[in-house]
This record gives sequence, C-alpha cells and structure tokens, in this order.
Amino acid sequence: MIRKTFESDIQQVKDEILLLGSMVEHAIIASVEALKKRDIKAAEKIIAEDKEINKKRFGIENQLMILIATQQPMAHDLRLLASSMEIISELERMGDYAKGIANINVRMGDEKLLKPLIDIPRMAQKGVDMLHRSLTAFVNEDVETANAIPVEDDEVDALYNQIYRELMIFIIEDPKNIERANWLLWVAHNLERFADRVTNICERTIFIATGELGEIKSSDDEFWKNQKH
Amino acid sequence: MDNHNENQKSKEQGKAAMNKMEIKDLAVFYGKFRAVTDIQMDIQTNKITAIIGPSGCGKSTLLRSFNRMNDLTPSARVEGQILLDGENINVPGVDVVDVRRRIGMVFQRPNPFPKSIYDNVAYGPRLYGVRRKNDLDEIVEKSLKQAALWEEVKDKLHQSGLSISGGQQQRLCIARALAVEPEVILMDEPASALDPISTLKIEELMQELKKEYSIVIVTHNMQQAARVSDYTAMMMLSKEGERSGTVIEFDDTKAIFTRPKDKRTEDYVTGRFG
Repeated sequence: MIRKTFESDIQQVKDEILLLGSMVEHAIIASVEALKKRDIKAAEKIIAEDKEINKKRFGIENQLMILIATQQPMAHDLRLLASSMEIISELERMGDYAKGIANINVRMGDEKLLKPLIDIPRMAQKGVDMLHRSLTAFVNEDVETANAIPVEDDEVDALYNQIYRELMIFIIEDPKNIERANWLLWVAHNLERFADRVTNICERTIFIATGELGEIKSSDDEFWKNQKH
Repeated sequence: MDNHNENQKSKEQGKAAMNKMEIKDLAVFYGKFRAVTDIQMDIQTNKITAIIGPSGCGKSTLLRSFNRMNDLTPSARVEGQILLDGENINVPGVDVVDVRRRIGMVFQRPNPFPKSIYDNVAYGPRLYGVRRKNDLDEIVEKSLKQAALWEEVKDKLHQSGLSISGGQQQRLCIARALAVEPEVILMDEPASALDPISTLKIEELMQELKKEYSIVIVTHNMQQAARVSDYTAMMMLSKEGERSGTVIEFDDTKAIFTRPKDKRTEDYVTGRFG
C-alpha cells in the first residue's frame, strides 16, 4: 500500500519550499546588486517583495499544519514535516537579510559607496550557492552533501573577516568614513548570518534522513573567538 | 572477585525487579502450526507496553499466552519461558487460576455478566472466598473508583451491568478485573468498540492504573499506542511466505514512532505497509 494522496501532498510541500528558497536567493542577489548600483527604486521593490516571501512562508506553514492534523505523520514523515516547519522559518529570516540590505541602501540616500563592492557580492554569491545546494540536498535527503556544505561557511567567514579589516582601516584613516563603513559592515554581517542559516537547513536534512538531531560542527565559534584578538 | 560478583548479582536482581514479566524464546503452537515464534521481551513494572502490528501477525495469541488463556484452546501449546516475577508460569504445579488472578485481562468487546453492576465486580472476590458484605462493599467501591466509574454508577449499583453505556461497560470490566487485585493487566483492543470520548476515558484511566499495575495492550490503533504506551513491540510475520509472527522491533515508544530502526516498522507506522 502506498499513501498516494499523502505522498503527492508531501511532494507539493517540497516544491513550495524550493519555490520559497528561490525567492530568497533572488532577493539576496538583487539586494546586493541594487546596492552596488545604488539603485534605490530596486531596493524599494525588494522591500515590498519581502511581503511575498512572508506570505509564501505562512502558506506553506498552513499546508504543513493541515497535513499534520489530517495525516497523523509518524517516523520519517513526522521528521520531514516538523523539519519543513523549521526550514521555512529559516528561509523567511534569510529573506529578511535581503530586506535589511535593501533598507540600508534606501537609508544611504545620496551618499556614495565608501568603496566599490567586490567581496560583498562574492559573499552573497557564495551564500546563495550554499543555500541552493542545501535545498537540493533537503529534497533528495542527501546526507553527504548536507554534511559537506556547512564546512564551506569558512569561506564566507573569511570574506567577512577581510571586509571587516578593510573597513576598519577606512575608519582609522578618517573618522568621517565611520557611517559609510558601518553601513557596509551591516551588509556584510547580514550576509555572514545568511550563510550561517544554511547550516541549520543542513542539520534538518540530516535529521529527516537519519533521525539524528544535532549541530554540525562549524568554525563559526572559532571565527568569533578570533575577532576578539 | 567475590565482591565484584556480589555487586554484579545485586545489579542483576535490581534489573530483574524492574521487569514484572520476562518472555524468553517463546513460541506458541496451535497443533503443528507455529503461530508466534522467537519472542523475547520484558514487561516492565508500572509501565504500559503496547503490541502493534498488522492483522494476523499473532498479537492476540501472544497476549493470551501471557496469562495462559491459550490453555482454553485444546490444541494450543507453548515453548520457551514466560516469567512472572522470575517464576515460569508454564511449569507443572503452577495454579493457572492464580496466574489469571495475578494477570487479569480486558477484552475487545465489553462483556459484563448479565448481573448487577455490584455483582459483576464482586464476582471474582466471591470466587476467591470473600464473603463478608462489608469487605465486598469496600472492594466494589475501590475497584469502581480505580476504574473511574464510581461517580457514574454509585446510585445504581444493583442495576444490570448491561444497562449502562458501552464505554461504561468496558470500565466495569476493568473494575471487575481490578477487584481480584491483579499485578498485570492485559488489554486486547480495549477501546476498539468504543466511541472517541469513551476511548479517551479508557486511555486516561490506563495512565492512572499504571501507577499500581503493569499493563500490556494490543491495539490496531497506532495513535493509541503512541499516546498511551511507554514501550512498543512491533510484530510481523517473521519471514516472507511464513505464517509465524514475531516481534521485529521492541523499543521505547518515542523511538518507535519517531525514528524506528527497522524498515518494516517504519513502513507500518507511516502507513505504507504491504
């Protein structure tokens, strides 16, 4: 016996999660692109579109609730639906980082960028690439990939570290740079957090596939420790 | 060395004390047909153990062997051991009436005797020689209270046991089982003939009863097993093409319903069996 209706409902939820993921990917790339071009109209559009991301998340949450109430999921099904709930919440917050970057862009008004953006788009690209693969791993329940992706967070952290130092030099050189440096630091910080959340998605994928719920060892703590020195 | 052995021994005794019953290498036959085979499981004291599995896998047969109810079927016979407090219940010299007093049973359909509510509950104690009215009154009240039925029937104790609702009748049968002060209660689908509210009442009652008794329940309702039990035994036919049932996975209920180890358990609890 196969639970055809339930299986197809689950597939639909997975498709919706991929769709939500692609909306978030688009938002984060677009937010950095708009900042690079200092395109305030584009930034305002991103802020407006964040509402669509939130709406999509609530829609999926409702679908999940209905499935839990009507299908009484057990074992793997239960882990999948409960973890999906967690993943959509991660995605919604990742969307908020894009909105945050767009907000900074709007608040900068006529100010010019302190420096041309090079590493920030790299961070965004890397984060989006990680997110994309983490969602593919989620759909395929690919434990190996889910375990491998969080290690790549080191690259994002290294870029953040580099941006941080660079901006500090600008500040030290001329305190007038403080505000503009701070804006960029916030942007970089959002992107750093964005990539961190990919790790949470990977942890859920491993839980769905194996039933083991735990933290994947990340170098993030190490990174923050190093920041103190 | 002696000291170490002593420690080991007392540890084992401590462990045994937690197990009200131990089932070892059990097989039950009907004539030549091996209905259940190779059963190893412990029934822990003051816990609820559920037995789940598809129809025809031997759940009820296994449950009935726990208090030698299978003795009533002429061709039935068991191999292996069923220990109650460490004593084999299947060896010569064991009083089967005493076994069934210590291990009570509640069936799928409420089956009160066509007697008054009072007499239903007093039936067992009378059989065991309680005669004084005061003693019987006390047992009846205590048992009905334990079965969460007292408040509903205290004013009509001398009405027929068949005059109350199905859910009340099932609780009356539980009271009847409790009246002889058993240690273990076996329940064979105790709520499958009841409406959802009566079912919930039985489930709530089980949580109360486990404080004093050890309970084993056979249920087709997996949600019920998940809700009420501490441990779950998953039964299935032992091999493709064979008709003999066995326990394929026995674990903490939480583990069985969230991360079962056996693929067949996973398929069963997620409704993809067969």
